[in-house]
Amino acid sequence: MLGETFARPNFLGVPFLDLATSGGGNKVMANIVAIGAVLGMLGMGIELLFDVLLSTLKKRDEDTVNRNKVAALAGYNYAGHNCVQCSFSIVQLSGQKMLLSTNDAIASGAIASGCKFYSAYPMTPSTGIMLYMAGKAKEYGIIVEQAEDEIAAINMALGASFAGVRAMTGTSGGGFALMVEGLSLAAMTETPIVIALAQRPGPATGLPTKTEQGDLLFALHAGHGEFPRVIFAPGNPEQGFLLADKAFEISQKYQIPVFIMTDQFLADTQWTVEHFDLDGLFCNEYRFSGEEECGGEYKRHAFTDSGVSPFCIPGLASGLVVTDSDEHDEEGHIIEDTATRIKMVDKRLFKKLPLIEKEIAPPLFYGHDKPEIVIIGWGSTYGLMREAVDIASKKKNIAMLHFSEIYPFPSVDAFDYLSVLKGAKTTICVEQNATGQFARLMKTETGFECGTLINRYDGRPFMLEEFLGELYARIG
Amino acid sequence: MPVLDDYKGQVPAWCPGCGNFAILKAFKEALVELGVEPRQLAIVSGIGQAGKFPHYTRCNTFNGLHGRSLPVATGIKLANHEMLVMAIGGDGDGYGEGGNHLIHAMRRNIGVKVFVHDNQIYGLTKGQASPTSMEGMVTKNQPFGVLSEQFNPMATAVALDCSFVARGYAGDPEHLKGLIISAISHKGFSLVDILQPCVSFNKINTYEWYRQRVYRLGPDHDPEDRVSAFARALEWGERIPIGVIYRNNRRTFEERVTVIQDKPLVKQIIPFRDLKEKMKETLKEHY
Repeated sequence: MLGETFARPNFLGVPFLDLATSGGGNKVMANIVAIGAVLGMLGMGIELLFDVLLSTLKKRDEDTVNRNKVAALAGYNYAGHNCVQCSFSIVQLSGQKMLLSTNDAIASGAIASGCKFYSAYPMTPSTGIMLYMAGKAKEYGIIVEQAEDEIAAINMALGASFAGVRAMTGTSGGGFALMVEGLSLAAMTETPIVIALAQRPGPATGLPTKTEQGDLLFALHAGHGEFPRVIFAPGNPEQGFLLADKAFEISQKYQIPVFIMTDQFLADTQWTVEHFDLDGLFCNEYRFSGEEECGGEYKRHAFTDSGVSPFCIPGLASGLVVTDSDEHDEEGHIIEDTATRIKMVDKRLFKKLPLIEKEIAPPLFYGHDKPEIVIIGWGSTYGLMREAVDIASKKKNIAMLHFSEIYPFPSVDAFDYLSVLKGAKTTICVEQNATGQFARLMKTETGFECGTLINRYDGRPFMLEEFLGELYARIG
Repeated sequence: MPVLDDYKGQVPAWCPGCGNFAILKAFKEALVELGVEPRQLAIVSGIGQAGKFPHYTRCNTFNGLHGRSLPVATGIKLANHEMLVMAIGGDGDGYGEGGNHLIHAMRRNIGVKVFVHDNQIYGLTKGQASPTSMEGMVTKNQPFGVLSEQFNPMATAVALDCSFVARGYAGDPEHLKGLIISAISHKGFSLVDILQPCVSFNKINTYEWYRQRVYRLGPDHDPEDRVSAFARALEWGERIPIGVIYRNNRRTFEERVTVIQDKPLVKQIIPFRDLKEKMKETLKEHY
């Protein structure tokens, strides 16, 4: 497909500098000429650009605005007259759409879920979440603190969470490596926390501004000791919004760490999307502050059938809230005896885990209902997979399974995706990493081994044409 | 009003003769004198003999990771600044593992009270050098003696314009109690370094060693004079001053965080229904 594209190239030479200066403008205005030319090629109205110029240059004099307009029009007219192959017409939008990144969507989902505290250290590509939060801090009453390092970031968030407010942090590979001890602390103290992990290619500093899905198994295994965690990986901004809310819900309900994993491509890209459905938000409060639950005999880590102990907000009632990173008793004081240790591990892990597993939604199934070919993926490849299925469906019985709730690995109770996979002739797992981490996880969790892998690890997102090329090479 | 019994915790697992006992006693007396109820207090501690401190009294407790008590304490204070929040740990916890956090907590001037039980040795791990061990001190792990210069927390704090800098001594508990009261009463970040003999592992800085050197700062010392405070902070060796070395009235972090000027964050929870409506409006900004 790429070959076809390059065999019949369509180019239009636009003399940007000449057009910029011929109308009395300067060389810098070549940029404006170029924007005008693009609008001309696409057959769009120039007024849109004029409006942008007016608002962007509102502090400049009228002459500057006019000279920019002249430059824009020069590019617009040139492309309109000279691009004989440009036969585009603009389809009117069916309605208003939103323009936002998945970072924005995750931040707004977190805010809608009641997040009151966000501490992080700037790191591409996760920084957008903190910027969005900071922009909304005053309006929603959120404290956004830029910590001195990622270790401080996660520990601050845990402090705020312990003290009674919903708290979150966000980072990327190396920053998360620093947070790992804090993750284990969250687990031991049963302090809820949501961690947004926006991946970029590693190891170490890697390709800081590029994309990769290389940290799934790292997030899954991070932290010393054994404890439950949940991992979500949205495939688009709407899933990011809703999963941020669900991350808080699960984190608060079971007092565990929950991850929202994205990557640079998904996190930082601006998307046009339909409005989000806010009716599905969870809206459950799990903290206590009344004297009835939090009176003098209160025990922070009390044994219960579900393994979840009522979590009181310290300072608001007469009971004391005590917790420890050492193994502890029901009150939260340090212990070393075998019986309490076993009961505590059972409480944190084995009692909670079956309940957490029930919260996990099955993968999204799309395409032919009895597919011969199934594409499997997670997180940011959602749009790619869907478009590929739409195109390949014309020739093949093809479908996709997209996982956005990854761990605990979805059970087959709600939807038996394993029988779909077993019934297919060809299964292809597409991942933006070198080793097929999700395919390995699926094999570990279900025993199903994916037939073939398509991996990309050059730091660039999959392009549809390239992916279709790879796909057809495998399915004929 | 609270009484001493309200602060009665578990029986300490410290060595007999440990300087920590005197610190614990002074601490409880100070809180009772100030009329602080255990429920109003949150202590964050790290790892080390001093890290077990909150279990030996009664208070809201977060006994977290080695060196990380200050970020946790900062989070608690920001979420609920009506609480009295303290960070308690040893010299390894506060000056070694947690050094970076100490610098930034001083910069923020967050209203957290830090008490460092400074015994100039690692007690929990049985006798390795700490950041405040004196140069040349021989341990099993430093057979050639400590090669690095001793960390000076007081001079560092004065240099960073820390808003309350004091040094106490476990061998002078009455004086120490006064310092604890001053540190708690001070608005803003307080660092109190407490010289604490470790009878098991530090055979150099003993009660006798301190007794010969420690002296109380008198009324001739003006803790608001930063230059003379710095001179006092540098004093170590033949004479070691205890008392309030330096203090200022910098605005606290809580006073500068816009969103908590009316009430603490924890008392500003927006009902979910309102939040949903508000978010609908916010999302319209993206059209």
